[in-house]
Amino acid sequence: MNKELKIFAVVAAFTIALYWGVEPFAHSQMHAHVDGNGLVYDGKADIAYTSKDKVKAKKAFWADVKTIAALKGDVTAGEAGFATCTGCHMDGAANMGGVTPPILDHAGALYDKNYLIALIKDPAMAMNTDHKFTGTRTHPMGSIKAMMTDNQQIADVVAYIKAKKAGEVTPKEAYVESCGRCHANRYGNSTQLGETPKFKYKKDELAYQIKVLEEQDLIKAYMGKIPPDLSIIYRARSHHFLETFIENPQSQLHGTAMPRVGLSENGMHKVMAYLEETGDPSKPARDALGPWVLLFFVIFTILAYLWKNSLWRDLH
Amino acid sequence: MAKFEKASSIGEWLDQRIAVETLKKVMQTEYWIPKDINFLWAMGMVLAATFGILIVSGIFLLMYYQPHVDHAFDSVNYLIMTEVGYGWLWRHIHGVGASLVFLIIYIHMFTGIYYGSYKRGRELIWISGMLLFVLFSAEAFSGYMLPWGQMSYWAGMVITNLFSGGSLEAYGLVEWIRGDYVPAQAFLTRFFMLHVFLMPLMIIGAIVFHFGTLRIPHVNNQEGEDFDYAEAAELYKAGKVKESKVIPFSPVFLSKDVFVMGVYFVLFFYLVFYNFSFAMDPVNFDPANGLSTPAHIYPEWYFLWSYEILRPFSKDIGLILFAISQVIFFTLPFLDRSPNVAPASRRGLFKYWFWILLVDCLILTFMGKLPPTDPTFASIGLVSAVIFFALWIALPIITKLEKKL
Amino acid sequence: MSSRRDFMGMALGGFTALGGIGALYAMKKSWDPLPSVKAAGFTKIDLSSMVENKLAVEKWRGKPIFILKKTADMKKDDRDLIVGSDRYHLSIGLCTHLGCIPAYKPDDKKFLCACHGGEFDTAGNNLPGLPPPSPLEIPPFKLEGTTLVLGETGPEYQKMFDAGITV
Repeated sequence: MNKELKIFAVVAAFTIALYWGVEPFAHSQMHAHVDGNGLVYDGKADIAYTSKDKVKAKKAFWADVKTIAALKGDVTAGEAGFATCTGCHMDGAANMGGVTPPILDHAGALYDKNYLIALIKDPAMAMNTDHKFTGTRTHPMGSIKAMMTDNQQIADVVAYIKAKKAGEVTPKEAYVESCGRCHANRYGNSTQLGETPKFKYKKDELAYQIKVLEEQDLIKAYMGKIPPDLSIIYRARSHHFLETFIENPQSQLHGTAMPRVGLSENGMHKVMAYLEETGDPSKPARDALGPWVLLFFVIFTILAYLWKNSLWRDLH
Repeated sequence: MAKFEKASSIGEWLDQRIAVETLKKVMQTEYWIPKDINFLWAMGMVLAATFGILIVSGIFLLMYYQPHVDHAFDSVNYLIMTEVGYGWLWRHIHGVGASLVFLIIYIHMFTGIYYGSYKRGRELIWISGMLLFVLFSAEAFSGYMLPWGQMSYWAGMVITNLFSGGSLEAYGLVEWIRGDYVPAQAFLTRFFMLHVFLMPLMIIGAIVFHFGTLRIPHVNNQEGEDFDYAEAAELYKAGKVKESKVIPFSPVFLSKDVFVMGVYFVLFFYLVFYNFSFAMDPVNFDPANGLSTPAHIYPEWYFLWSYEILRPFSKDIGLILFAISQVIFFTLPFLDRSPNVAPASRRGLFKYWFWILLVDCLILTFMGKLPPTDPTFASIGLVSAVIFFALWIALPIITKLEKKL
Repeated sequence: MSSRRDFMGMALGGFTALGGIGALYAMKKSWDPLPSVKAAGFTKIDLSSMVENKLAVEKWRGKPIFILKKTADMKKDDRDLIVGSDRYHLSIGLCTHLGCIPAYKPDDKKFLCACHGGEFDTAGNNLPGLPPPSPLEIPPFKLEGTTLVLGETGPEYQKMFDAGITV
């Protein structure tokens, strides 16, 4: 018996070493570990990893954001300013310069306050995609820079969004509003145009598909490629990767066209919940069944051991 | 024609026609197994059980899988994972089972090497076992193509390219294997056929053969002791079970197998429910894309040691060494010149040979998954590959020097 | 000691059988029609555009569905669907003999099955002396104004079902 345990220990040690080598160790060597910034949008990483000539501008920009964040915003005054936004950000808006403006119904719940301030001040800087907008190319939302220049007004509008556009949001709404205009999710039955309706006639279905392709062409022209379908991105990347990537896309994929979305903690939680829902739908069933199956095999093993002992008892 | 008398029971009726009593004796109650064994002797039945589980889970996956380049990925990741009742369970069992079957195969192999269970009449057990290893490798590889993710596609691309033979530039052969210029529809369908029909058929045949090769030379024991089985069997049948050196396969030997299987299944299902990524690589959850290679590609862990033998050398040498490494284990019974059948611990230099081989294979496995760009890891890989071949060259010499026990 | 041996063997065997039942349950579930198949088992049909004495054939759960707006001179029947002042015949268009699809003959005002010569009247009743053993079956339906929802059970269908008109 003693000898068997020793042999088992050797086999187990080699197996564990094998697992360690091909899993945790190999992955630690393949992917650089990136820490998040706790969903605090202060431009720290932007400044640290930008080219030399841009450091000064980025520092000044995020210092301004900090100044505005300290101002007390007036919700009532902000409502008037918000009207500027709804000119483009409305239900059923069409693609503008590569992307369809998102509806802002839950913007206060989904996005961080500092990020919203930064976004209104300079969208390309806030999204950390300013490297894309050189020369004559302007950000699709770039015009806001000229339309809203007063610091107090920015503070008011953000205060209004945080106070009045912060209703309870479902995981699916969070996904649709913050990711769904660029990323399709075919397991969630959605394209860049939203949920795909049912069609009785093939002709209608094809017409709709053409509309989707046209939208994708516009996005492709803007982003450089069609952003990936996120159906099972949850299993293709780790939870940690997705969180840090969404928080600051440049941190994991330098030079990517993906903008920073500026999710708040609540927004991130909801978006991740939806990605898990479409990407790993069997998790609740696994969690429910797992303990019972394991319990079964533990009892099975005990019974098998007792049976074996009853047969082997007289042999030695 | 044989004479048939009226049977008084179903058992008798069957016995008259297919000799079930004799069959039971030959296969179970009088199939003698040495008593001096440990749990490593249960790996054969653990493998048989795992193969059974792979077949059952595979049947349910096969009911919904669609071998078409446009539908394969979604039929696995959406249809089976979301729509089919317990589809996710079959898939996880199949994926984890495919990985664990190799863990057990390796344990089974190294047990055989350690105890010298491949010589003096047991050569065919070893060779048929190695044949099974090769068939299981082909089965695993063909199955890996089916989800048609990025790893499937690029593994298909790289592995089929090996058949171009380096400087031979046999690209015609590669295209013939694929049925296309790149892995595409024809490739997927033929590997689907191989995975669900031809390979399983050959594996089942090889398992029967493997079992058959065991019957005459008998299973080895912990000390490699050679004794008279007929005498030991008579002692057992006479009720002197303590004095006898054998036990019947069923139920005595089997009861221990079942216990070991129980322990194994606890681990198996823990992995199925809570830790399956090692067997279902995340990269393969990106759909196949012939225009973009993933940042890191590597085979499943059980192919890493031979993959690493391929990597550090120039194309032609790498291919030749890779090909040798695939078949070198077949030659073990003939390269081992020692007459001793005994555990490695009692066999002089062979003891060191065994442990160095085991650790070397482990290191090759580690290095096989690491990015080839790191010079330290690349050197370790090169040294380990050289050691691997040095060991096989040294084997006949050190075993020739071995003293007869 | 033999009794203990037997007991342990049987305990293990029984427990394993229990697990086997669990596995069989999972296998049974895997064999069930998929949720998407079941969700697609509802079809909506607009009755307002139907033309008298012209058979409309729709598809529901993979089967042909007959809808015939009856003319005033056709015999009234308990099997008819009454919507406002109109009467409709609704049935699964598979002959109750061996499952061929009967053709509607507007001039004769009856259904004729070409396979074995079965005939049905405009209420779907099988005509006597011919192979079909029973009238055409009526699919579960629900009326929502002039829209017919197949697959759901409405009060009209329930009444027919209770009266034994359809199975």
